[in-house]
This record gives sequence, structure tokens and C-alpha cells, in this order.
Amino acid sequence: MYEGVVQDLIDELGRLPGVGPKSAQRIAFHLLAADPVDVRRLVHVLTEVKDKVRFCKTCGNVAEQEECRICRDPRRDRSVICVVEESKDVVAIEKTREFRGRYHVLGGAISPIEGIGPDDLRVRELMTRLADDEVTELILATDPNLEGEATATYLARLVKPMGLRVTRLASGLPVGGDLEYADEVTLGRAFEGRRLIDV
Amino acid sequence: MRVAHLSLRDFRSYTEVELPLDAGVTALIGPNGQGKTNLVEAVGYLATLGSHRVAQDAPLVRLGAERAVVRGQVVRDDRSLLLEVEITPGKANRARVNRSPVPRAREMLGILRSVLFAPEDLALVKGDPAERRRFLDDLLVLRTPRYAGVRADYDRVLKQRNALLRSGAGVRRSRQDSVDLRTLEVWDSHLSTAGAELLAGRIDLVEGLRPLVDKAYQAVAEASFASAGPAAIDYRSSLGEDVPLVADRDMLAAAMLNQISELRKAELERGITLVGPHRDELVLKLGPLPAKGYASHGESWSFALALKLAAYDLLRAETDAGGEPVLVLDDVFAELDGHRRERLATLVAGAEQVLVTAAVPEDVPEALTGARVDVMGGEVRRIR
Repeated sequence: MYEGVVQDLIDELGRLPGVGPKSAQRIAFHLLAADPVDVRRLVHVLTEVKDKVRFCKTCGNVAEQEECRICRDPRRDRSVICVVEESKDVVAIEKTREFRGRYHVLGGAISPIEGIGPDDLRVRELMTRLADDEVTELILATDPNLEGEATATYLARLVKPMGLRVTRLASGLPVGGDLEYADEVTLGRAFEGRRLIDV
Repeated sequence: MRVAHLSLRDFRSYTEVELPLDAGVTALIGPNGQGKTNLVEAVGYLATLGSHRVAQDAPLVRLGAERAVVRGQVVRDDRSLLLEVEITPGKANRARVNRSPVPRAREMLGILRSVLFAPEDLALVKGDPAERRRFLDDLLVLRTPRYAGVRADYDRVLKQRNALLRSGAGVRRSRQDSVDLRTLEVWDSHLSTAGAELLAGRIDLVEGLRPLVDKAYQAVAEASFASAGPAAIDYRSSLGEDVPLVADRDMLAAAMLNQISELRKAELERGITLVGPHRDELVLKLGPLPAKGYASHGESWSFALALKLAAYDLLRAETDAGGEPVLVLDDVFAELDGHRRERLATLVAGAEQVLVTAAVPEDVPEALTGARVDVMGGEVRRIR
């Protein structure tokens, strides 16, 4: 245990995701030794990020204005919406440059253990968008784990009566890998592979 | 197959130990608490990535050490493979095969196969249904490693679904109820998919074991008691009486969904999942009577041994899996009467590799004379 404010700093840093007690200590001592100007700049950015950044009123992505850059972009295809769990998933998909539609960020996945149900996600907002918009296809790009799959199934069932085309990202073999090195679950998934959600 | 060399670091009581092993019988002899069982537990860990004594990994790591390392040189089909697993409590195990890391420790499963007999086996007959389910599932994974994933998926869905049911248990008939039910249907479908896969695996397995169990029972039990009737196993599923127990996943999934909707009200009231492989039972019968509650102590032991021997026979029959599994007999002979002791010893004496632990040399039956290693205070010493 360190005295007073140093320990406070270590405790606060330790609360960040992916930062354990040892890393928190290392970062704290790095900050103590750092140039005050650098630290002030960090403080400034931290305050600014909380003040300025908001969530897009349409899709829930991080934005600096009422709507995010993607929702404002008139060149984006308004007929397709890709549903993801987090903003960082938007960034990942954007990097592919394959997708020209718009997004909807749920803010997580259904997980009763953590007390997260559909009401805690931006599901109602999605339904409103689907009712108003000229959307014809919904791509479910939630994580390929149990909670992500459950969320995808839930949404697929929910929008089924609306008569949209509902698709789920394929899961299977990584590109550039060797078939023989794939584990059985992934390989099995790849076999089942091609999927058009059918509920 | 056999383990040619076992080395441990910071595993249980051992700081460091090297144990070369031969084919045939090796008896590990030493007073209680000296670390015999720790050695065979480590062999079991390489085969199953779990301990037969504890559910958590923390007790496996030597007090004060951060992680334990178990390393085994395995010879199968005249090929030598080095298996290594690093156990860090609270973290995922790290495994290496022939010095190359595998992405998930799970992928090491199936390389070394072992069947372990231990005093705890009596619980297979006298204990809760959970003991028998675990016996089936462990064997399923040993036989088809893919089931490790199926089992983990099922457990995870079950936890999620139970959490949801519990959250709804208090707020019945409120407006929130209908919302909860819609999410519940999603978990119903995931539970039935994973459940049907696990169930189909178990059904297949029980079919394979069925003829072997009675054969093994007759071989172990005393001749005069064998007439109490054939030893039989039956799988009883929570899907209802009229569902045929055949390994047809689609049919089982549909039956499971059906039963879930039948029991919807009860599940909501009690806040737990009442349908699925986690509620099933492997019924053991001696003649017309259930073994549990009716069998004598000796008969119960015979049945427990018969189940393990049947598992061994089943694995041994799969010739494409690298040969006979390694047999481990941990302190069992002290528990058995003279007759069963001799019968068991004779039955396993011909196996490719047998590891026996006992407190005193007299506890090891004559049929199992072989190499002897003394274990004392965390040191091993080859005697012959």
C-alpha cells in the first residue's frame, strides 16, 4: 500500500479494463515521473472526451455531433443496417471497406448473468428505425459467442414479422490459416457455415 | 499407449520431480500424505485437463508458487509426444505439444487417454446423479474430445437461462413478465440445440457401454452373488417417458423444446431449468432392483469397478485412437475385499501400462508385481 493519493491513483487505474494491480502501479509511477505538461494534456483529453463525445441519436455510435459521421454521410446505403455490439465493432467493420450501409450499435449483448436484457440494449431504437426507414436488409454482426448468438436470435425473431431480409455474419475458418490447424468447433461451424437466419 | 516420463514443477506437494516410467505395472508405494496420489493425479490431468479430486485448479499449485507445470512424455503407436500444461489458477491453462503451443489447452485432449480407479468411485453407485453424469461426460470427452466444447457451451447456456429464470421468479404477473418470456424463448432454443447434442452423445455412449458393464460386473463380482441378476445401465432423460432415446439430434432438440414448454409454469415459479441433460440420470440396476439403496457395500464396489472397466474396454476397442488407455489404480486395493482385489488385479494385469498407488507393498496384489517406486516426503526412488 502506498500513501494517500498515490494509492488512490493506482486504485483508479486498476479499475480500467485490462489493467491489473501490477500494471496500474507501473502506469502510476510512470505518470509521477512524467513531464507535467504531458500529464496535463492527458487530463485535458480525458475531460474533453467526457464533455464532447456523445452517442449518435440514430445509431448509438460514438459521435461528436448529434449524429455520427456515418449516419450523416449521404453516400451510405440507407437500405442496409448492420447491428453490432459496440462502437469498436463499427471501426473493425469500417476497416474492411466492404460495407456501405449504416450501423446500429446495441451497447452490449443479452446476458442474464450480468443482468443485461433487451431493455438495456438499444433494441427499441432499432425497431423504430426499421419501422420508419427504407431498410430492406438487417445484418446481424454480434459477436460469435453464446451471448452474441442469443442476441442475434432474439433480434431475428423480433423483426421476422416485418418481412426484412435478415442475415448473420458467417463464422468459420480464418483467412490465411490451414484447415488442419482449425479446432473442431470452428471447423464444424464452417461446415454448417452458410447461414440465412431462419426462425 | 503409455507415459514414458512424468515431470512436475510446483504441482501439489512437489517443487520438482522427475519420474521415468516403464510399460507394464509400476507400483508407487509410500505412507499417506507423501505424494503418491499427486503423481497419478498429474497423469490424469494430462489426459482430462482436470483433477479427479478437486474441481478447482488452485489446490493443484504448490502453496506459494504462481503456477504449476505438468509434463509427460507419451508413447503411442511407437510415436513419442511431449505434452506440457501450465496451470495458473484463475487463468486459462497453457498447453504445448512437442514444444509448440496449441491455441487452446482443450486441443491436447485425446492424445493421452487414461482410466482411473479411485476410492471416490464408490460414489458412482452410492452418490448423487451428478456423479454418474460426470462419469458419462468425462468419458464422452475422452472418447471424442469435441464434446469438451459441447459440454462447456451447454453449461454456459444453462447458467444464462437460470439467471434469467431467477430474475423472473420474483416478478410474476407484472408487466415485465412478457418481455422476459420473449428473451426466454431465445435461451430455450439455444439450450435445446446444445442439450440435444450432449444428450445424443450420452445416448450413443450408454449404448456402447451397456453390453460391457454386465460382462465386467460378472468378472469382478463373486460367483455366488453374480446370480443376483445381470448388472444393467439405463439412461433416464428429463424429456419425458415417451421420447425414444436414439441419438437423433433434431428429434431430441424438438422433444426438448416441447418438454420445456410443458414445464414453463413450473420453471418460472422455481426459477431453475428443469429440462435437459443436467437433470438426467444413469440408472444402475442389479436384476430388477436399482443398485442405489439396494446393493450391498461389496456389490456397490463391484458395480463401480464394472463401470470403470467397461469404460476401459470401450476405449481399448477403439483401435484408431492410439492403443490401450493408461490404467491408474489409486489406493483402490485397500478398499476391496480379498476376492474383488484378486479379480480386479487379474483383469488389469495384462494392460499396456498400469500405475498403482498403495500405502504398503502388501496392498498390491501379487498379479500386479512389476516395477516399484517408493514415494516419501516428495521424493521418488526407484526400488526395482
